[in-house]
Amino acid sequence: MTTLSLMATRTWSRLPRRHVPVLATLLLLLVLYGVGVSQYRAFSNIQVIFNVFIDNGFLLVVAVGMTFVILTGGIDLSVGSVVAMTAMVSAFLLREGLPAALVLVIALLIGPTLGFLMGCVIHFFDIQPFIVTLAGMFFARGMCTFISGSSIPISDGFWTRMSQQRIGNPSGNFVSISVIIAFAVVAVAAYTLAYTRLGRNVYAIGGNPQSGLLMGLPVGRTRIAVYTISGLCAAIGGILLSFYTLSGAPLIAVGMELDVIAAVVIGGTVLTGGSGYVFGTVLGVLVLGVIQTLITFDGSLNSWWTKIVIGGLLFAFILLQRLIGIRYK
Amino acid sequence: MTGSHPVLTMTGISKSFPGVRALDNVDFRLFPGEVHALMGENGAGKSTLIKVLTGVYGTDRGIVTLDGEQVSFAGPMQATAAGVSTVYQEVNLCTNLSVAENIFIGREPRRLGAVRWGEMRRRARALLARLDLDIDVNAQLGSYSLAVQQMVAIARAIDIQARVLVLDEPTSSLDAGEVAQLFRVMRQLRDDGIAILFVTHFLDQVYGIADRITVLRNGQLVGEYATSELPQLSLVEKMIGKELRVLERLDEQPRRDPADGAAGTPLLDVRELGRRSAVAPFSLTIHEGEVVGLAGLLGSGRTEVARLLFGADRADHGSVRVNGSPTSLRTPVAAIGHGIGFCSENRRAEGIVTELSVRENIILALQAARGWLRPLPRRRQDELVERYVRALSIRPADPEIPVGNLSGGNQQKVLLARWLITEPRLLILDEPTRGIDIGAKTEIQRLVAELSDGGMAVLFVSAELEEVLRLSHKIAVMRDREMVAQLTNDQDVDADRIMQSIAAGAGHEGVPS
Amino acid sequence: MSNRTAGDRALTRHRLFWPVVVLVVLLAANTAYRPSFLSVQMRDGHLYGSLIDILRLSAPLILVALGMTLVIATGGIDLSVGSLCAISGAIACLYISRQPDQNSLGGVLTALALGLGVALVLGAWNGVLVAVIGIQPIIATLILMVAGRGLAQLITEGQILTINSDPYKAIGVGHLLTLPLAIFVALAAALLIAAVTRRTALGLIIESVGGNAQASRLAGIRSARITFLVYVISAACAAVAGFMITANVSSADGNAAGLWVELDAILAVVIGGTSLAGGRFSLSGTILGALLIQTLTTTVYAMNISPQTSLLFKAVVVIAVCLIQAPGFRARFARRRAPASAPAPVTEQPKEQVPA
Repeated sequence: MTTLSLMATRTWSRLPRRHVPVLATLLLLLVLYGVGVSQYRAFSNIQVIFNVFIDNGFLLVVAVGMTFVILTGGIDLSVGSVVAMTAMVSAFLLREGLPAALVLVIALLIGPTLGFLMGCVIHFFDIQPFIVTLAGMFFARGMCTFISGSSIPISDGFWTRMSQQRIGNPSGNFVSISVIIAFAVVAVAAYTLAYTRLGRNVYAIGGNPQSGLLMGLPVGRTRIAVYTISGLCAAIGGILLSFYTLSGAPLIAVGMELDVIAAVVIGGTVLTGGSGYVFGTVLGVLVLGVIQTLITFDGSLNSWWTKIVIGGLLFAFILLQRLIGIRYK
Repeated sequence: MTGSHPVLTMTGISKSFPGVRALDNVDFRLFPGEVHALMGENGAGKSTLIKVLTGVYGTDRGIVTLDGEQVSFAGPMQATAAGVSTVYQEVNLCTNLSVAENIFIGREPRRLGAVRWGEMRRRARALLARLDLDIDVNAQLGSYSLAVQQMVAIARAIDIQARVLVLDEPTSSLDAGEVAQLFRVMRQLRDDGIAILFVTHFLDQVYGIADRITVLRNGQLVGEYATSELPQLSLVEKMIGKELRVLERLDEQPRRDPADGAAGTPLLDVRELGRRSAVAPFSLTIHEGEVVGLAGLLGSGRTEVARLLFGADRADHGSVRVNGSPTSLRTPVAAIGHGIGFCSENRRAEGIVTELSVRENIILALQAARGWLRPLPRRRQDELVERYVRALSIRPADPEIPVGNLSGGNQQKVLLARWLITEPRLLILDEPTRGIDIGAKTEIQRLVAELSDGGMAVLFVSAELEEVLRLSHKIAVMRDREMVAQLTNDQDVDADRIMQSIAAGAGHEGVPS
Repeated sequence: MSNRTAGDRALTRHRLFWPVVVLVVLLAANTAYRPSFLSVQMRDGHLYGSLIDILRLSAPLILVALGMTLVIATGGIDLSVGSLCAISGAIACLYISRQPDQNSLGGVLTALALGLGVALVLGAWNGVLVAVIGIQPIIATLILMVAGRGLAQLITEGQILTINSDPYKAIGVGHLLTLPLAIFVALAAALLIAAVTRRTALGLIIESVGGNAQASRLAGIRSARITFLVYVISAACAAVAGFMITANVSSADGNAAGLWVELDAILAVVIGGTSLAGGRFSLSGTILGALLIQTLTTTVYAMNISPQTSLLFKAVVVIAVCLIQAPGFRARFARRRAPASAPAPVTEQPKEQVPA
């Protein structure tokens, strides 16, 4: 009898509401694509989609890292600067004549190290992630100009090969190596979140950090780990960007953190933490990419419309999250 | 009942915090297969002792042994691994995760590092079946009631092969049926040889389930007793340490004369007021100087009624008259405008603003009613605050310290002061005496009686029937989110009668409708 | 513990002690580097000098940070202020550029009213999102932070809009009573906000809402109104700062005007001892924080370090100040330094939160 009364207290429907935002993003993406195809004949070419991936591969990787951070209820403002710093350091070291392999290793270590340090400050000294990663953002951007005030071109063989290598089918459609790397990162991240303790701890901490602590979860370690992961993803993103542009520029990727956060939110991850998927983030990045492509195709619209549209979409999705009542705190 | 060797001993435990000696040379032991109640007033050191045991705090001095071996846990995780599991008063789980995950997170079944979801769900189902809980292990925990969440927490604790299970006030958010279910589980675990350390404020529950009782007072050990050899009265004596004088004096007070209440136009007259999925439509009148007690089990809709009458939640049904003229109570601001005040049961979350000073907390409601453009002159503030700090003997008496530094009882008095300076005509008190020490409790009870004698109407919500009976002219009984009876508090009415109403679900004197 | 050490502790634990120390150290370093740093000269009836420059240049930041203080005190945050600076500046410049006589005072005043009006509307938009719809502030204002830059560029059509209007220029570089006008504007705004919050009960109510929104609602405070109000105030402050920034260079650049000012403003507030969690706020602390940030920037310029590299120093200062103020850091530090007096670090924590 008691069991029955307990059953009756169940208030939510069985359909998980947390899936609604992701489904909405998917729908939006299909609509946007449909609009593109109906308006511009060239849009239906599969290469358009591939180009979205090619142009936004680095954004996708960085957004995956950000998804981890936001799932714990934190935020990482440093990613744009870390992307730039990684590209800058790579370009600088290559110009100094270091071997490509060594440069890769060094470049890939800087981001996670900074992320680790920021995570430590956030955890051990209990300072808001917003402030700490803001300092990290200043630091990384400052390092960029410290290395060089102007852009450094990359002429290294490995880099140019990675930049120009096309993987495609006989009909001429192709993707770059960056896209493959980006998808590998997505796959690893999705597996980590769904099937490892670290991933589950990320969700638990995003849901309720105090509970996590009392349940004996390694809250501090997890929190430091997500900022390290975000730093690593930003570093990979930086390398991909340097493949893409074949240079390191001190002022590249300024404000990128906003695009990344927007992509994650549009992808259905709740900014308070505890709910969201890497798959949603992929969709979010695609939405941004398709909008950019649409605006480019149109020709009459100026680049600032991208920002206005992204702002509008952010509003729509945040409102949606609010309406279906995703709030765990 | 008890084996020859305790599974857990704590010897000579001392723990100090700045300015406070939280534990002073305390001994405690726990035998396998017993339910051992840890009793004490607020500030006695119960929670500190538990936190020392589970490794949240280190000790200044003293030895903890588990199975005869000295241990010192660096945190809850280590304690859990050694077989000491804790379930806290507030459910400390992650509501965004599934039921199964909440049971297993941190020690999920894995293969090659990958979480085995199927295995986890299967084991979760088996475990919950042992607790007689038939719920969907895939569903998000947040979609279930607090009681279910509490059971899931216990499922988590017992799965860890615990030898010592610490239950820190697990019953405070459960209704009678759920408590019974919990006790059944506790007895079963006890019979399996698990040692259970049980903390609660409900004396009846202690006598219902505990084998032995350890009493703490002011951080010191008063003693360890077999439950059967310790009468309730001596337990209370040992807990409060002052020969019950206060309690007895209050008991000597005659019951309120019901004839003092109900006369003339009611101050508040609600008809068929209700709110979907919160409380079924009810009708109630409250007169000037009348104390209306609201009795019922936890979750019966008591708090919901109080919140509707204050406009904290919006009614979607029914009508309201204040002093005979129709109106509506859609927001707290509207209710305050009609001279209604409300102390929430959730003092910390919905009452005080911890970092503001006692003075600022006290003047808050009055200032809000005046609007921010008409600040209360500082001299007037000081006058009012000083008067009420003295009248309610709020301690410490310094009105400029942050209210968060005060004890629970004193915070409650600050809240009362906040409303008293607005000179309300009706004061709604939702569990004003919960979780505060007996001294402060009797002071608040006496205050309610005085206010009512002075003409103020009071709606008094309490889980303790004795308290309701002692103070009320009229008692409204709630059951399953319905007002099932309204009893005039005359000689025929006693705790049993109210219990009958709750159980029967039908009003003996009829529900006006 | 003797009285003397207790007194010292009270001093070093005052929330503004370390920001003041850093400010003094910065000024001292400047003076050591360039002894003329502290000198102030009278030229053409105007005072000149590095200190005056710091005051003048920090005016927009002070304005934005003052508005931000109130928002943060309610437990919110306003990321959109930088975009609002750009929008209001762009609108004012656009209107003036369309005037036949750009020097007409009436035209400039209309331009200011237009810019302010639009900022108020956008502030109200933020306020509605946060207070009425109940969206988290950081997210709600992120919308306008992203879209606002686009709007500003839309207004200037992606160009840098140059104007030639003396009255407008005066907002940025004009003088009054020998001192730059901007200082008076910032001072007036500070006094106005101080009067509005501390002479009325607005300050208490903001702190109450920020400290515990639920409790405030049940005490009869119309929290939504107060929350709405602070976002409008913040937008108004940003608009004035936007006028100042564009007037400084007599041109509006939708992309660059007010860039990162939201971050500097948040920093100024945090350095000033107001908790990002809301509750108690300190306007004087915020002004000190803004001055500290501007002094740092000026120092870096004066030492011929590239402006972007100044971000490195800013990062160091941010971390240093935040660490010093963080109870967690202090506790560790104090424990290491004085293991004998273990109680101290724990007691200080609750008191830290409460400004004197």
